[in-house]
Amino acid sequence: MADIRLLNVTKSYGKHRVVEGFTIEIRDGECFTFLGPSGCGKTVVLRMIAGFEQPDEGEIFIGERLVSAPARRHYIPPEERRIGVVFQDYAVWPHKTVLENVIYPLTIQKVAKEEASERALKTIAMVNLGGLEHRMPFQLSGGQQQRVALARALVSRPDVMLLDEPLSNLDANLREEMRFEIKELQKNTGVTILYVTHDQEVALAISDRVAVMGTDGRICQIGTPDEIYEQPIDPFVFRFMGVSNFLPLEEREGRLFVRESAAALDHPIPAGREEAVRKGRLVAGCRPFDIKLMPPGRGTQGVVQRSSYLGPIIDYAVTVGGTELRVQQSIAEALAGGGPLPEGSTVGLHFPDLKWFEQEGELTQAGGAA
Amino acid sequence: MIGRLLKRLSIAEVLLALSVLVLVVVVAVPVFLIFWTALFVDGSMNIDDIVKILSEPDTYEALKNSIVIAAGVTVCSTILGVFFAWLVSRTDLPFKNTMKLLFLVPFMLPSFIGALAWKMLLSPYSGYINKFLMNTFDLADPPFDIFTLWGIIAVETMYLFPFVFIQVSGALERMDPTLEESARISGAGLLTITRRITLPLMLPSIGAGALLVALYSLAHFGVPAILGNEVGIYIIPTKIYEKLHQSAGSFTAIRTGTILASILVISAGLILWAQSAILKSGRFQVIAGKSMRPMLLKLRGLKYPLLLVSVIYLAVTVLLPTATIFLVGGLKTYGLELTMENMTLDNLKYILFEWQMTKDSIWNSFYLSLAAAFVTMLVGTLISYVIVKMKIRGKFILEFLGVLPFSVPGTVIALGVILTWSGKFGINIYNTAWIIFVAYIARYMAFSLKSNSAALEQVHDSLEEAARACGATHWQALKDIVIPLIKPGMVAAFFLIFLPALRELTTSVLLYGPTTRTIGVAIYTLNEDGETVYAATLASVALVIIVIGHFLIKRVTRTSNEGV
Ligand SMILES: Nc1ncnc2c1ncn2[C@@H]1O[C@H](COP(=O)(O)OP(=O)(O)OP(=O)(O)O)[C@@H](O)[C@H]1O
Ligand SMILES: [Mg+2]
Repeated sequence: MADIRLLNVTKSYGKHRVVEGFTIEIRDGECFTFLGPSGCGKTVVLRMIAGFEQPDEGEIFIGERLVSAPARRHYIPPEERRIGVVFQDYAVWPHKTVLENVIYPLTIQKVAKEEASERALKTIAMVNLGGLEHRMPFQLSGGQQQRVALARALVSRPDVMLLDEPLSNLDANLREEMRFEIKELQKNTGVTILYVTHDQEVALAISDRVAVMGTDGRICQIGTPDEIYEQPIDPFVFRFMGVSNFLPLEEREGRLFVRESAAALDHPIPAGREEAVRKGRLVAGCRPFDIKLMPPGRGTQGVVQRSSYLGPIIDYAVTVGGTELRVQQSIAEALAGGGPLPEGSTVGLHFPDLKWFEQEGELTQAGGAA
Repeated sequence: MIGRLLKRLSIAEVLLALSVLVLVVVVAVPVFLIFWTALFVDGSMNIDDIVKILSEPDTYEALKNSIVIAAGVTVCSTILGVFFAWLVSRTDLPFKNTMKLLFLVPFMLPSFIGALAWKMLLSPYSGYINKFLMNTFDLADPPFDIFTLWGIIAVETMYLFPFVFIQVSGALERMDPTLEESARISGAGLLTITRRITLPLMLPSIGAGALLVALYSLAHFGVPAILGNEVGIYIIPTKIYEKLHQSAGSFTAIRTGTILASILVISAGLILWAQSAILKSGRFQVIAGKSMRPMLLKLRGLKYPLLLVSVIYLAVTVLLPTATIFLVGGLKTYGLELTMENMTLDNLKYILFEWQMTKDSIWNSFYLSLAAAFVTMLVGTLISYVIVKMKIRGKFILEFLGVLPFSVPGTVIALGVILTWSGKFGINIYNTAWIIFVAYIARYMAFSLKSNSAALEQVHDSLEEAARACGATHWQALKDIVIPLIKPGMVAAFFLIFLPALRELTTSVLLYGPTTRTIGVAIYTLNEDGETVYAATLASVALVIIVIGHFLIKRVTRTSNEGV
C-alpha cells in the first residue's frame, strides 16, 4: 500500500495552463476524492499520477518511489507504477471475455495459471459478477462492464487505485450500490483510492477526505466530507456542495440587513467577520432546507413568488429585500403550519444555520447541482 | 550494441524514426528527385529550359489533352453519377437495392480492359459494331471512331462515374430528412425542394466525388494509352511513357518526364486540397444519426422506362465489353466473325501453360501483389499508429509525409523510383521485380494508411492505457490489445491493395524488364504488338481472377468482422 504525493506539479497544453503548482498528499489507505466542475483538470491530474501524461514541472511520488520528475528527466512508465485504473469509459476490452479481461494483469505478471484463474474468479465474485465469466463485453450492461473494469483494476492487488468518474454512466440505484461496493472493497483490501468526480453526493458518501477544485485547476479546500459540507471556506465550495442561497448583508445601527433593503435579519453580527462587515461585503449562505418558514411578522419578512411540489417536499421561491431564495419544506411540516403557502403571501423567515463568507466578485444565486 | 541503443530509445522514438524512414525512402526521396531533376541542371536552377520544354508542340499538346479529357470525364461522370445516385436513393425505382450494387460493378472492371474491349467494338474499320453497321446499312464510312478525345472521355466516364455515385448516394442516405420535411411543411413542391434544399446540401459530396474523378483521370494511363497512342493523342502520363521508351533513358527525355510529372504532382495536391476544403465545409450540414425515411419521388409512368435505361446502361458499359473480351479471347484469329465455329480453347491453353511470357506475367503479378500488399499493410499499420495514437515530438514531420502518398500519381511514382533506384545511391534494381515492388509500396501506401487509421480511430486510447495500467509494456499492449482490435482494418487494407495491384498497369508499364511483366503490362504490350486475341484471352483470365478475388474479400472481411 502506498500514499501519493504531488509536489508543485504544473501541466499546460499549449498556452492553456491546466494546473499550476499543484501540491497534495493522499494518505496511505484512504479514499480521497477530487471534486470539481467539468474541465477543471481532474482527469489530467489523475493521468499524470497514472503516468499517461508527463507533468511539465514538479514531482510525483507513489509510496517512497519518485515516479515523475521532469526536471531530472525521471519517468516511470505506467506499467511499473503498480496502479489500478478504472476509466471514465470503462475501457473493457471488447475482444476478450470477462474472465480474459480480469485475468490479463495476472498473465502479464506471469502468475501461475491455476493461481491466476483462482484469483480472477474470486475478484469477479467480489464485484458480484459470478456466473458471467464467459460473456463478451457487448453482452453486458453498462454497470456490469463497469464492474469488470473494477475487478480488472483490483485483481493484481495494486498499491493504488485511480477511479475516474466510474459511476457517471449508471442509473441512480446502481450508482448507489456501486458506491457501497467500492467503499467495501477499500475497507477489505486497504488499497489507497483516488476518486475523481463532479458529483458531490458520491464524493460525500464515499470519501475519507475530499479536495474541491476550482475551475482554474486550483485546490479550494481539502477536508473530510463533514468539514467540506459544514465549513466551506468560500461561496464557490458552498455552492458546489448543493443548491445554495446567498444573502448579501450590510450593517445598520448594529443590526444586519439584507443589502439595500428594509429586511432585517434577527441574527447578531458573527464573531470574526467584523472586517467583512466593515467593507460591506458580508454574505450569508444557507441551504433551502435550512430556512424555517414562520407566520408573517416574525423573523425576516419575505414574499412567496412561486411554490411547487417536488414529491414529498414543497419548493418555494421567496424574495427577501430583492433577493430570491429557494426554500424547501417537507409536506408534513407544511401541513403542520396550516398547509402550503399560496403564491403572493407574506411569510416570516428564520435562518438557524447560516454560513458566513466574505464576498469576492458577483454572486450567483441558487447555484450548484440541484 | 543495437540492443543497448534500443533500450535507451523509447519505443515511441523507434516507431517514429522507422515510420519516417520508410516514408522518406519510399515516397519522399522519389518525389524530391523528380522536382530536383525538373528544376536543376548541373546544380543550378534552370527555368528557361522548363518553359522551352513545356512550349514544345508535343508536350504542350499533351498538357492540353490532359485538361480536356479530365474536364470532360469529370463533367460526364458527375452528371451520370448524380443522376443514378438520385434514382436509386430518392425515387421509387423498382429493384433499387440490386441496382445500387450493380452500379458499383464498373469499378471491378479494370478500365484498360474496358478500353481494349471498346477498341475491338468501335475502332473505325475493324471494330465489330462499326463493321456490323456498315454492312447492315451499307455505309461507306464507319459511324464511330473510338480513337478520339471523345472516345477516351466516354470510356473513362463509364468506369469512373462510380466515384461520384458512391459519394452522392451515401450523402443522400445520411441526409437529415427533417431539412426537406420542414421545407415541405412550408409548402414547397418536391421539385423546388430538390432544387433549393437537396441539391445545395449535396454540393459538397458532389464536389468531392467530381474532384476524385478529376484526380484519377489526370493520372490515368490505361485508357488514353490504348485508345490514344496509336493515333498520336497523348496526355501527361502517356507522354511520360512515350518519352522514356523512345529515348531509352536519355537525359532530356527524363527531364521532360520529370517536368510533366511535377505538374501532375502539383495538380494532384491542389485537387486534394480543394477536396478536403469542400468536405470540411459540408460535413456538419448533412449528417443526421437517425435513419428516417426520406421522401421518395413517385416516378409513376416513368418507373419502368427509367429502370430500362439503367439496365441498358449497365448492359452496354459492363456486359457488352466483358462479353467482347471473352469472345475475342476465344477466337482463332482476330477479325473472324464471333460465331461458335470460330472459337477455340487453344488460346487459353497457350497463354496459361505454354507461353513463358504470359505465364511469367501471371506469376509476377501474383507474388508482387501479395508481397506488396503484405508489407504495405504492416508498414501502414505502423505509420498510422504513430500518427493516430502517439504523443511525441516531431510527429508533424510524419503527418506531413503521410499526406504525400495520397497525392502522388502512379506515373510519378514510377519515374521517381527509376531516378532513385538506378544506381544513384549505390543500389541498382532497375529491370528487376524489386523496383516494381518498391513502387507498389509507394503507390498503395495511401490505401493502407486510410484503412488502418480508420480502424485505429475506432480503438479508444483508454483501451491501450488500461493495458499499460495492468502492467503491460507498450509492446505487450500493442500485441494483446491494439493489433487484435484493428485486425479487420488490416485485413481490409491487405485486400484493398492486393486486388488493384493484381491488375496494375500505370506504374509497372514504366518499370517492367524483360522477365518482369505483370498481367496488366502483358495485356498492354500484347495489344500494342497487335496480338489482340491473346491480349483478350489474358484479359479474360484477369477478369476471372478479379471476380474470384472480390468474392473472397467479401467472405474474409465478413468473417473477420464477426470475430470481434
Ligand atoms: N490532451 C489535451 N490537450 C489539450 N487540452 C487538454 C487535454 N486534456 C485536457 N485538456 C484541457 O485541460 C482541461 C482539464 O481537462 P480534464 O479532462 O482534466 O477535465 P476534468 O476535470 O476531468 O473534466 P470532466 O469532469 O468533464 O471530465 C480542460 O480545459 C481540457 O480542455
Ligand atoms: Mg474527466
